[in-house]
Amino acid sequence: METMQLPPQWSTFAGHVDWAFYFIYYLSVVLFVAIIGAAMYFVYKYRRKPGVKAEPTGHATVLEITWTVSPLAILAFLFHIGFRGYIDMTVAPADAMEIRVRAKKWSWDFEYPNGGHSNILHIPVHRPVRLVLSSEDVIHSLYIPAFRVKRDAVPGFYSTMWFEATQTGETDLFCTEYCGAAVGTTEVAEGDPNVGREGNRRHVGHFSMITKVRIQTAAEYNTFLESILRPPTDPATGREATPEKWGEILYRSQQCNTCHSTDGSAMTGPTWRGLFGRQRQFADGTSGTADANYIRQSILQPNSKVVQGFNGVMPSFAGTLRDNQIDALIAYIRTLR
Amino acid sequence: MATEVAGAHGHDEPDHLAPYLSPEAGRGVKGWLLTLDHKRIGLMYLISTLLAFFMGGVFALLVRLELFAPGRTIMSAEYYNRAFTLHGAIMVFLFIIPSVPGALGNFVLPIMLGTKDVAFPRLNLLSFYIYIIGATFSLYSIVTGSVDTGWTFYTPYSTTSQTSVVSMVLGVFILGFSSILTGLNFIVTVHKLRAPGLHWKRLPLFIWGTYATSIIQVLATPVLAITLLLLAAERTMGLGIFDPALGGDPILFQHFFWFYSHPAVYIMIVPGMAVASELFATFTRRAIFGYFAVAMSSLGLALVGFLVWGHHMFTSGQSEWATMLFSALTMLVAIPSGVKVFNWTATLYKGSIELTTPMLYALSFLVLFTIGGLTGLFCAVLNTDIHLHDTYFIVAHFHYVMMGGTVMAFVGGILYWWPKMTGKLYDEKLAKVSWLFVFIGFNTTFLIQFVMGSKGMPRRYYDYLPQFEIYHKVSTFGSWLLLIGFSICAFVLIKSLRSGAKAPPNPWGSAGYEWQGTESPPVMQNFRETPTITRGPYDYHLCTDEELFDGFPEDLKK
Repeated sequence: METMQLPPQWSTFAGHVDWAFYFIYYLSVVLFVAIIGAAMYFVYKYRRKPGVKAEPTGHATVLEITWTVSPLAILAFLFHIGFRGYIDMTVAPADAMEIRVRAKKWSWDFEYPNGGHSNILHIPVHRPVRLVLSSEDVIHSLYIPAFRVKRDAVPGFYSTMWFEATQTGETDLFCTEYCGAAVGTTEVAEGDPNVGREGNRRHVGHFSMITKVRIQTAAEYNTFLESILRPPTDPATGREATPEKWGEILYRSQQCNTCHSTDGSAMTGPTWRGLFGRQRQFADGTSGTADANYIRQSILQPNSKVVQGFNGVMPSFAGTLRDNQIDALIAYIRTLR
Repeated sequence: MATEVAGAHGHDEPDHLAPYLSPEAGRGVKGWLLTLDHKRIGLMYLISTLLAFFMGGVFALLVRLELFAPGRTIMSAEYYNRAFTLHGAIMVFLFIIPSVPGALGNFVLPIMLGTKDVAFPRLNLLSFYIYIIGATFSLYSIVTGSVDTGWTFYTPYSTTSQTSVVSMVLGVFILGFSSILTGLNFIVTVHKLRAPGLHWKRLPLFIWGTYATSIIQVLATPVLAITLLLLAAERTMGLGIFDPALGGDPILFQHFFWFYSHPAVYIMIVPGMAVASELFATFTRRAIFGYFAVAMSSLGLALVGFLVWGHHMFTSGQSEWATMLFSALTMLVAIPSGVKVFNWTATLYKGSIELTTPMLYALSFLVLFTIGGLTGLFCAVLNTDIHLHDTYFIVAHFHYVMMGGTVMAFVGGILYWWPKMTGKLYDEKLAKVSWLFVFIGFNTTFLIQFVMGSKGMPRRYYDYLPQFEIYHKVSTFGSWLLLIGFSICAFVLIKSLRSGAKAPPNPWGSAGYEWQGTESPPVMQNFRETPTITRGPYDYHLCTDEELFDGFPEDLKK
């Protein structure tokens, strides 16, 4: 059920949270109307009239003690419902399925039990899912409004959260801890729902660290799990994508395009156009050829050879990209003559 | 007091105990810049904090304008991040924290206490110049690359950001000392310089609130200073305190930061409450109901304020025990806040209420602070906070408290004490028009943000999904109404300075000590003779008609 003030209820927690929300909401409305209603009435009734003086303020000790002490009972009850709900959110069932979440500027990486990865969170419906979060750079926070859950991803620290989806569908996932923005605009795929007014270029940052949660039936979910180990289907041919095509898909889905252009312009990182086979000057004074091994090393240990004129800010993709995906990226870069 | 002092003329010789308050000492530019007179220091604070409010307001308008439409509207993402950071940092550190204590407190507090000046006049001037130096550092940061960390400076973002964080952090560090010195000065002044007969039970509630605020300033600000110094040390020397890459703990920064910044919320709101109490008393012509409870609730907020910092960190990964404890303690904030709201409402009962502009601001304070307080319940209750944390719901909540509370009280206070500060009256009719724009504009801007937030719109977003566009449009429209309202208000005050009618000593007919027995504006040494206090500041039933109805000149004719 989606209400005027809250998103649809798609997790087992949502009902409890919304009950607490609307309990406080109606309590607040009643208190507000009572207090402000009385105040406004007094302002009207006791407006200054010639010859009428204010009545000296007396004492009403009982009244004062009442409104000092009695809110405690309401507050204790509010604490109770909030705490109950919070403990439910904190303690994951023992049989919860685990998905590893790695946050980095400005994308999410989800690693599934079979070792596959995706940028969209796929989960099966009616099954408790436990997320183990970490961050590679600054603090991020994973927020799924439809589930009413949120947890920070802190560098150097694992945090966990869990939920159980109650229906299939697709909903939004946001980053809610401010994490900056890229300099300038970034090229995005055509047809990307996030394309801005600049056509196929847009700003990237905290606000674009948005993805989707796709809640699937058990069968759909299993199909998905298998698919992430193989190259995706090329929509043009209807068959499994070639390594070059897969590399191009990964270039966008892994958000390499946040920092690397394919049109020759330098962004946060060097362009990929004409990169393959070129001589590179490194910041430490050494040089080398941009061959397959160099590209592989740059993906897995990006700060080992930083090209002159750039900052070593790229996060490592070790553990995120499998060997055949790295091969596909190299194949794609080779096509960018 | 008052009776034997009011209207006593012919005592123009300065008091020999305070030669710096002689008319000779006050002439020219030097007489202002090197003044030790609390009134002039207060006015200099007023001008500086209003300039800061203007700057912070411009950034707020830019942020709202950028959010008018999805995608790029007027600026790039990097500049948006700087704009909202500067809006927050300027409003918190350069405007709200020094606003009421620095400007109104400095002007009014010694007069209310029936004394010539604060306890340490030189320290008072020093505190103002420390504020100016801190503000200069912050401005230097703005022109040299600015800051994009948010006003909270969370690590490791702030230790890795390419922007000029160190100068901003040093600016805030320096501003902290200004805050500490003002607090210290006020505490000593309240203890040592009360006029004869002014015992604690006769202290105006503005003094009680300012006193409670001063205690927080003195106790909490050093923690911020240490935290920011550690942050600067980590950035410049690679000392591993907060950055996990250097072996530090980023959550530790949040604990340190909020250990100051949550009490700072009370540094910001308690003075607003203190002003509101004065306004309610004067414009109902009645003592504040439950005076003792209202006075103690300020101290209660100061105390509880130190115990709840962890409620900013419910999603951070702090231990469940800490989360539980902080949620429970946070509930306690509702008690002293509720006491104040109930007592103000009861004060209106059987009062003689006059809807002047300052009173309209006081009533706005009551309405908006009540909304701000009640929406705080959603944030204190754990499971609802998990959903609402870092969304626009939080943005709306604290704007209702900070802007709906403190700023409304501050503007109300300025308009209330304006005749005393400047000796000029202003156009009440036009001031009421500006109030209407401010009140409606404020609610248009922020009420809708509660809905946007509970629907899931995260804060500090440069861009947003299409389902949030309508809320952002309404909110931005509201910000324009606020602009109109504050512009009219500025016009009213400037017009009053240039061509306002001369103010009588007590235009509002208040029994408050600062209105009785002083001229408008007060003479350099405030009083021509040290007053002896013989009754409370709200004892309207003990005042003669002459004392109370020494109102606007046109009222006198009636």
